[in-house]
Amino acid sequence: MSDTLAPTLPGGATPSSTEPVFYVAGEHHPKNGTLLGFWVYLMSDCLIFACLFATYGVLGRNYAAGPSGADLFDLPLVAANTTLLLLSSITYGFAMLEMRNQRVGMVQLWLAITGILGLGFLSLEIYEFTHMIAEGAGPQRSAFLSSFFTLVGTHGLHVTFGIIWLVTLMAQVRHHGLIAENRRRLMCLSLFWHFLDLIWIGVFTFVYLMGVLP
Amino acid sequence: MTTHTDDLAHHGHGSGHDHHGEDDVGHGTFRSYMTGFVLAAILTIIPFWLVMGEVLESSRTTALVLMALAIVQIVVHVIYFLHLDTKAESGWNLLAFIFTLVLVVITLSGSIWIMYHLDSNMMPMSPHDMRNMP
Repeated sequence: MSDTLAPTLPGGATPSSTEPVFYVAGEHHPKNGTLLGFWVYLMSDCLIFACLFATYGVLGRNYAAGPSGADLFDLPLVAANTTLLLLSSITYGFAMLEMRNQRVGMVQLWLAITGILGLGFLSLEIYEFTHMIAEGAGPQRSAFLSSFFTLVGTHGLHVTFGIIWLVTLMAQVRHHGLIAENRRRLMCLSLFWHFLDLIWIGVFTFVYLMGVLP
Repeated sequence: MTTHTDDLAHHGHGSGHDHHGEDDVGHGTFRSYMTGFVLAAILTIIPFWLVMGEVLESSRTTALVLMALAIVQIVVHVIYFLHLDTKAESGWNLLAFIFTLVLVVITLSGSIWIMYHLDSNMMPMSPHDMRNMP
Protein backbone atom coordinates (compact mmCIF):
# COMPACT_ATOMS: atom_id res chain seq x y z
CA MET A 1 0.00 0.00 0.00
CA SER A 2 2.79 2.43 0.87
CA ASP A 3 4.25 1.64 -2.50
CA THR A 4 0.99 2.72 -4.11
CA LEU A 5 0.44 5.92 -2.19
CA ALA A 6 3.91 7.32 -1.77
CA PRO A 7 4.47 8.61 -5.31
CA THR A 8 1.22 10.55 -5.45
CA LEU A 9 1.52 12.42 -2.15
CA PRO A 10 4.66 14.49 -2.75
CA GLY A 11 3.70 15.04 -6.36
CA GLY A 12 0.30 16.42 -5.39
CA ALA A 13 1.47 18.49 -2.44
CA THR A 14 4.40 20.40 -3.90
CA PRO A 15 4.93 22.15 -7.23
CA SER A 16 6.47 19.85 -9.79
CA SER A 17 9.31 22.28 -10.56
CA THR A 18 11.04 21.53 -7.25
CA GLU A 19 10.47 17.79 -7.44
CA PRO A 20 12.24 15.26 -9.62
CA VAL A 21 10.20 14.13 -12.58
CA PHE A 22 10.18 10.43 -11.72
CA TYR A 23 7.42 11.02 -9.18
CA VAL A 24 4.97 11.78 -11.96
CA ALA A 25 6.31 9.23 -14.38
CA GLY A 26 5.77 6.41 -11.89
CA GLU A 27 1.98 6.16 -12.32
CA HIS A 28 1.49 3.42 -9.75
CA HIS A 29 -1.77 4.64 -8.24
CA PRO A 30 -4.96 2.83 -9.21
CA LYS A 31 -6.37 4.07 -12.48
CA ASN A 32 -9.91 4.16 -11.08
CA GLY A 33 -9.64 5.75 -7.67
CA THR A 34 -13.37 6.45 -7.60
CA LEU A 35 -14.36 2.93 -8.50
CA LEU A 36 -12.03 1.44 -5.91
CA GLY A 37 -13.37 3.85 -3.30
CA PHE A 38 -16.92 3.01 -4.22
CA TRP A 39 -16.09 -0.68 -4.02
CA VAL A 40 -14.79 -0.15 -0.48
CA TYR A 41 -18.06 1.63 0.36
CA LEU A 42 -20.00 -1.36 -0.99
CA MET A 43 -17.92 -3.68 1.16
CA SER A 44 -18.75 -1.59 4.25
CA ASP A 45 -22.41 -1.75 3.23
CA CYS A 46 -21.95 -5.50 2.96
CA LEU A 47 -20.89 -5.53 6.62
CA ILE A 48 -24.05 -3.65 7.62
CA PHE A 49 -26.09 -6.34 5.93
CA ALA A 50 -23.95 -9.06 7.50
CA CYS A 51 -24.84 -7.66 10.93
CA LEU A 52 -28.53 -7.53 10.03
CA PHE A 53 -28.39 -11.08 8.66
CA ALA A 54 -26.66 -12.23 11.85
CA THR A 55 -29.36 -10.52 13.92
CA TYR A 56 -32.03 -12.23 11.87
CA GLY A 57 -30.17 -15.53 12.14
CA VAL A 58 -30.20 -15.26 15.92
CA LEU A 59 -33.73 -13.88 16.40
CA GLY A 60 -35.43 -15.34 13.32
CA ARG A 61 -37.13 -18.17 15.22
CA ASN A 62 -38.24 -16.18 18.26
CA TYR A 63 -41.89 -15.78 17.36
CA ALA A 64 -43.12 -14.80 20.86
CA ALA A 65 -46.20 -16.94 20.18
CA GLY A 66 -46.91 -14.73 17.18
CA PRO A 67 -47.05 -15.64 13.50
CA SER A 68 -44.08 -17.46 11.96
CA GLY A 69 -42.54 -17.09 8.53
CA ALA A 70 -44.59 -20.01 7.24
CA ASP A 71 -47.78 -18.17 8.26
CA LEU A 72 -46.79 -14.83 6.77
CA PHE A 73 -44.61 -15.23 3.71
CA ASP A 74 -46.28 -15.31 0.33
CA LEU A 75 -43.75 -17.13 -1.85
CA PRO A 76 -45.28 -16.29 -5.26
CA LEU A 77 -45.00 -12.62 -4.29
CA VAL A 78 -41.37 -13.11 -3.29
CA ALA A 79 -40.72 -14.94 -6.57
CA ALA A 80 -42.22 -12.00 -8.47
CA ASN A 81 -40.02 -9.60 -6.49
CA THR A 82 -36.93 -11.68 -7.20
CA THR A 83 -37.76 -11.76 -10.91
CA LEU A 84 -38.22 -7.99 -11.04
CA LEU A 85 -34.89 -7.35 -9.33
CA LEU A 86 -33.00 -9.87 -11.46
CA LEU A 87 -34.52 -8.39 -14.64
CA SER A 88 -33.57 -4.89 -13.50
CA SER A 89 -30.01 -6.13 -13.02
CA ILE A 90 -29.72 -7.33 -16.60
CA THR A 91 -31.41 -4.21 -18.02
CA TYR A 92 -28.87 -2.07 -16.17
CA GLY A 93 -26.20 -4.25 -17.75
CA PHE A 94 -27.67 -3.46 -21.18
CA ALA A 95 -27.54 0.26 -20.32
CA MET A 96 -23.84 -0.14 -19.53
CA LEU A 97 -23.24 -1.90 -22.86
CA GLU A 98 -25.03 0.91 -24.73
CA MET A 99 -22.99 3.44 -22.77
CA ARG A 100 -19.88 1.86 -24.19
CA ASN A 101 -21.36 2.26 -27.69
CA GLN A 102 -22.05 5.96 -26.90
CA ARG A 103 -25.77 5.64 -27.68
CA VAL A 104 -27.44 8.11 -25.34
CA GLY A 105 -31.02 7.28 -26.32
CA MET A 106 -30.61 3.56 -25.69
CA VAL A 107 -28.84 4.20 -22.39
CA GLN A 108 -31.76 6.35 -21.27
CA LEU A 109 -34.26 3.73 -22.41
CA TRP A 110 -32.58 0.88 -20.50
CA LEU A 111 -32.12 3.09 -17.43
CA ALA A 112 -35.82 3.96 -17.54
CA ILE A 113 -36.76 0.26 -17.77
CA THR A 114 -34.43 -0.48 -14.86
CA GLY A 115 -36.08 2.27 -12.82
CA ILE A 116 -39.57 0.97 -13.59
CA LEU A 117 -38.58 -2.58 -12.59
CA GLY A 118 -37.07 -1.18 -9.39
CA LEU A 119 -40.29 0.71 -8.68
CA GLY A 120 -42.25 -2.49 -9.28
CA PHE A 121 -40.05 -4.27 -6.75
CA LEU A 122 -40.57 -1.49 -4.22
CA SER A 123 -44.34 -1.38 -4.64
CA LEU A 124 -44.62 -5.14 -4.17
CA GLU A 125 -42.50 -4.89 -1.03
CA ILE A 126 -44.53 -1.98 0.34
CA TYR A 127 -47.71 -3.94 -0.41
CA GLU A 128 -46.28 -6.93 1.48
CA PHE A 129 -45.25 -4.78 4.46
CA THR A 130 -48.57 -2.94 4.75
CA HIS A 131 -50.40 -6.23 4.41
CA MET A 132 -48.37 -7.77 7.24
CA ILE A 133 -48.77 -4.72 9.49
CA ALA A 134 -52.52 -4.67 8.82
CA GLU A 135 -52.65 -8.31 9.94
CA GLY A 136 -51.07 -7.32 13.25
CA ALA A 137 -47.66 -8.70 12.28
CA GLY A 138 -45.81 -5.41 12.50
CA PRO A 139 -42.21 -4.99 13.63
CA GLN A 140 -43.29 -4.64 17.28
CA ARG A 141 -44.96 -8.06 17.37
CA SER A 142 -41.94 -10.33 17.96
CA ALA A 143 -38.16 -10.45 17.75
CA PHE A 144 -38.53 -12.37 14.51
CA LEU A 145 -40.63 -9.62 12.95
CA SER A 146 -38.40 -6.83 14.28
CA SER A 147 -35.33 -8.35 12.69
CA PHE A 148 -37.27 -9.20 9.53
CA PHE A 149 -38.49 -5.65 9.01
CA THR A 150 -35.06 -4.21 9.78
CA LEU A 151 -33.25 -6.47 7.33
CA VAL A 152 -35.73 -6.38 4.45
CA GLY A 153 -36.56 -2.73 5.11
CA THR A 154 -32.89 -1.72 4.94
CA HIS A 155 -32.60 -3.47 1.61
CA GLY A 156 -35.77 -1.71 0.41
CA LEU A 157 -34.33 1.61 1.55
CA HIS A 158 -31.21 0.93 -0.50
CA VAL A 159 -33.35 0.21 -3.55
CA THR A 160 -35.27 3.46 -2.93
CA PHE A 161 -32.07 5.49 -2.88
CA GLY A 162 -30.81 3.56 -5.89
CA ILE A 163 -33.90 4.67 -7.83
CA ILE A 164 -33.46 8.30 -6.73
CA TRP A 165 -29.84 8.10 -7.86
CA LEU A 166 -30.92 6.52 -11.15
CA VAL A 167 -33.41 9.31 -11.89
CA THR A 168 -30.76 11.91 -11.00
CA LEU A 169 -28.31 10.31 -13.40
CA MET A 170 -30.93 10.16 -16.16
CA ALA A 171 -31.38 13.92 -15.79
CA GLN A 172 -27.59 14.38 -15.78
CA VAL A 173 -27.17 12.33 -18.93
CA ARG A 174 -29.97 14.26 -20.61
CA HIS A 175 -28.33 17.60 -19.85
CA HIS A 176 -24.66 16.77 -20.33
CA GLY A 177 -24.62 13.61 -22.41
CA LEU A 178 -22.28 10.69 -21.78
CA ILE A 179 -19.33 12.75 -20.56
CA ALA A 180 -16.55 11.10 -18.57
CA GLU A 181 -18.07 12.17 -15.23
CA ASN A 182 -21.46 10.72 -16.08
CA ARG A 183 -19.89 7.49 -17.29
CA ARG A 184 -18.04 7.19 -14.00
CA ARG A 185 -21.26 7.86 -12.05
CA LEU A 186 -23.16 5.31 -14.11
CA MET A 187 -20.46 2.73 -13.38
CA CYS A 188 -20.74 3.41 -9.64
CA LEU A 189 -24.51 3.03 -9.77
CA SER A 190 -24.02 -0.17 -11.78
CA LEU A 191 -21.95 -1.62 -8.94
CA PHE A 192 -24.53 -0.42 -6.40
CA TRP A 193 -27.48 -1.85 -8.30
CA HIS A 194 -25.91 -5.27 -8.91
CA PHE A 195 -24.82 -5.32 -5.28
CA LEU A 196 -28.44 -4.85 -4.16
CA ASP A 197 -29.43 -7.80 -6.28
CA LEU A 198 -26.66 -9.80 -4.63
CA ILE A 199 -27.98 -8.93 -1.15
CA TRP A 200 -31.45 -9.96 -2.27
CA ILE A 201 -30.13 -13.46 -3.01
CA GLY A 202 -29.29 -13.71 0.69
CA VAL A 203 -32.68 -12.30 1.66
CA PHE A 204 -34.86 -14.61 -0.41
CA THR A 205 -32.78 -17.68 0.47
CA PHE A 206 -32.10 -17.05 4.12
CA VAL A 207 -35.27 -15.20 5.14
CA TYR A 208 -38.11 -16.24 2.87
CA LEU A 209 -37.32 -19.74 1.58
CA MET A 210 -35.69 -21.04 4.75
CA GLY A 211 -38.36 -19.22 6.80
CA VAL A 212 -41.20 -21.30 5.38
CA LEU A 213 -39.40 -24.65 5.73
CA PRO A 214 -41.17 -26.87 8.26
CA MET B 1 -6.03 12.45 -17.02
CA THR B 2 -2.64 13.27 -18.53
CA THR B 3 -1.84 9.64 -19.04
CA HIS B 4 -4.58 8.62 -21.43
CA THR B 5 -2.35 6.87 -23.91
CA ASP B 6 -0.57 5.12 -21.10
CA ASP B 7 -3.91 3.89 -19.72
CA LEU B 8 -5.11 2.62 -23.04
CA ALA B 9 -1.92 0.73 -23.58
CA HIS B 10 -2.28 -0.87 -20.16
CA HIS B 11 -5.82 -2.08 -20.69
CA GLY B 12 -5.19 -4.26 -23.66
CA HIS B 13 -8.74 -3.77 -24.92
CA GLY B 14 -8.45 -0.07 -25.65
CA SER B 15 -10.50 -0.23 -28.81
CA GLY B 16 -10.53 3.18 -30.37
CA HIS B 17 -14.26 3.95 -30.29
CA ASP B 18 -14.06 6.28 -27.34
CA HIS B 19 -11.77 8.77 -25.73
CA HIS B 20 -12.42 7.88 -22.13
CA GLY B 21 -10.28 4.83 -21.78
CA GLU B 22 -9.73 5.29 -18.07
CA ASP B 23 -13.26 4.39 -17.03
CA ASP B 24 -13.74 1.40 -19.24
CA VAL B 25 -12.07 -1.15 -17.04
CA GLY B 26 -13.80 -4.36 -16.11
CA HIS B 27 -16.78 -4.10 -18.43
CA GLY B 28 -18.72 -7.14 -19.46
CA THR B 29 -19.85 -8.00 -22.94
CA PHE B 30 -23.39 -8.81 -24.03
CA ARG B 31 -22.42 -12.46 -23.92
CA SER B 32 -21.08 -12.33 -20.38
CA TYR B 33 -24.13 -10.42 -19.11
CA MET B 34 -26.46 -12.96 -20.71
CA THR B 35 -24.44 -15.89 -19.32
CA GLY B 36 -24.68 -14.35 -15.87
CA PHE B 37 -28.40 -13.70 -16.26
CA VAL B 38 -29.22 -17.23 -17.42
CA LEU B 39 -27.13 -18.79 -14.66
CA ALA B 40 -28.69 -16.50 -12.05
CA ALA B 41 -32.20 -17.30 -13.32
CA ILE B 42 -31.55 -21.04 -13.11
CA LEU B 43 -30.01 -20.69 -9.66
CA THR B 44 -33.08 -18.71 -8.56
CA ILE B 45 -35.67 -21.06 -10.02
CA ILE B 46 -34.19 -24.21 -8.43
CA PRO B 47 -34.47 -23.03 -4.79
CA PHE B 48 -38.01 -21.70 -5.30
CA TRP B 49 -38.98 -24.98 -6.95
CA LEU B 50 -37.38 -26.97 -4.10
CA VAL B 51 -39.36 -25.09 -1.45
CA MET B 52 -42.66 -24.44 -3.20
CA GLY B 53 -42.86 -27.94 -4.67
CA GLU B 54 -41.74 -29.52 -1.38
CA VAL B 55 -39.36 -31.71 -3.34
CA LEU B 56 -37.04 -32.89 -0.58
CA GLU B 57 -38.27 -34.74 2.48
CA SER B 58 -35.95 -33.26 5.07
CA SER B 59 -35.92 -29.57 5.90
CA ARG B 60 -32.28 -29.78 6.87
CA THR B 61 -31.22 -31.12 3.47
CA THR B 62 -33.32 -28.48 1.72
CA ALA B 63 -31.74 -25.73 3.82
CA LEU B 64 -28.25 -26.96 3.03
CA VAL B 65 -29.01 -27.15 -0.70
CA LEU B 66 -30.54 -23.65 -0.58
CA MET B 67 -27.44 -22.23 1.06
CA ALA B 68 -25.14 -23.92 -1.42
CA LEU B 69 -27.18 -22.58 -4.35
CA ALA B 70 -27.19 -19.08 -2.84
CA ILE B 71 -23.40 -19.12 -2.50
CA VAL B 72 -23.02 -20.25 -6.12
CA GLN B 73 -25.41 -17.53 -7.28
CA ILE B 74 -23.54 -14.87 -5.30
CA VAL B 75 -20.32 -15.96 -7.01
CA VAL B 76 -22.08 -15.77 -10.40
CA HIS B 77 -23.26 -12.22 -9.64
CA VAL B 78 -19.85 -11.11 -8.45
CA ILE B 79 -18.13 -12.42 -11.58
CA TYR B 80 -20.64 -11.60 -14.32
CA PHE B 81 -22.38 -8.46 -12.97
CA LEU B 82 -19.88 -6.84 -10.63
CA HIS B 83 -16.98 -7.88 -12.91
CA LEU B 84 -14.67 -8.72 -10.06
CA ASP B 85 -11.41 -10.24 -11.20
CA THR B 86 -7.76 -10.20 -10.21
CA LYS B 87 -6.88 -7.46 -12.69
CA ALA B 88 -9.36 -4.70 -11.74
CA GLU B 89 -7.67 -1.92 -9.71
CA SER B 90 -4.50 -4.02 -9.49
CA GLY B 91 -6.28 -6.59 -7.34
CA TRP B 92 -7.27 -4.19 -4.53
CA ASN B 93 -10.94 -4.84 -5.32
CA LEU B 94 -10.47 -8.54 -4.88
CA LEU B 95 -8.44 -8.07 -1.70
CA ALA B 96 -11.13 -5.83 -0.17
CA PHE B 97 -13.76 -8.36 -1.19
CA ILE B 98 -11.92 -11.30 0.39
CA PHE B 99 -11.35 -9.31 3.57
CA THR B 100 -15.06 -8.45 3.73
CA LEU B 101 -15.95 -12.07 3.09
CA VAL B 102 -13.82 -13.16 6.07
CA LEU B 103 -15.53 -10.57 8.29
CA VAL B 104 -18.97 -11.62 7.06
CA VAL B 105 -18.30 -15.29 7.76
CA ILE B 106 -16.98 -14.49 11.25
CA THR B 107 -19.97 -12.24 12.00
CA LEU B 108 -22.58 -14.71 10.78
CA SER B 109 -21.19 -17.99 12.05
CA GLY B 110 -19.92 -16.43 15.29
CA SER B 111 -23.25 -14.79 16.15
CA ILE B 112 -25.34 -17.84 15.35
CA TRP B 113 -22.96 -20.24 17.12
CA ILE B 114 -22.66 -18.20 20.32
CA MET B 115 -26.31 -17.26 20.54
CA TYR B 116 -27.40 -20.82 19.88
CA HIS B 117 -25.35 -22.01 22.84
CA LEU B 118 -26.67 -19.17 24.94
CA ASP B 119 -30.22 -20.12 24.02
CA SER B 120 -29.78 -23.75 24.94
CA ASN B 121 -28.44 -22.74 28.36
CA MET B 122 -31.51 -20.62 29.10
CA MET B 123 -34.45 -21.82 31.15
CA PRO B 124 -37.12 -23.29 28.88
CA MET B 125 -40.14 -21.12 28.35
CA SER B 126 -43.57 -22.09 27.16
CA PRO B 127 -45.55 -20.07 24.60
CA HIS B 128 -47.91 -19.18 27.41
CA ASP B 129 -45.10 -17.59 29.45
CA MET B 130 -43.89 -15.77 26.39
CA ARG B 131 -47.26 -14.20 25.74
CA ASN B 132 -47.27 -12.76 29.25
CA MET B 133 -43.78 -11.34 29.01
CA PRO B 134 -43.43 -7.57 29.58
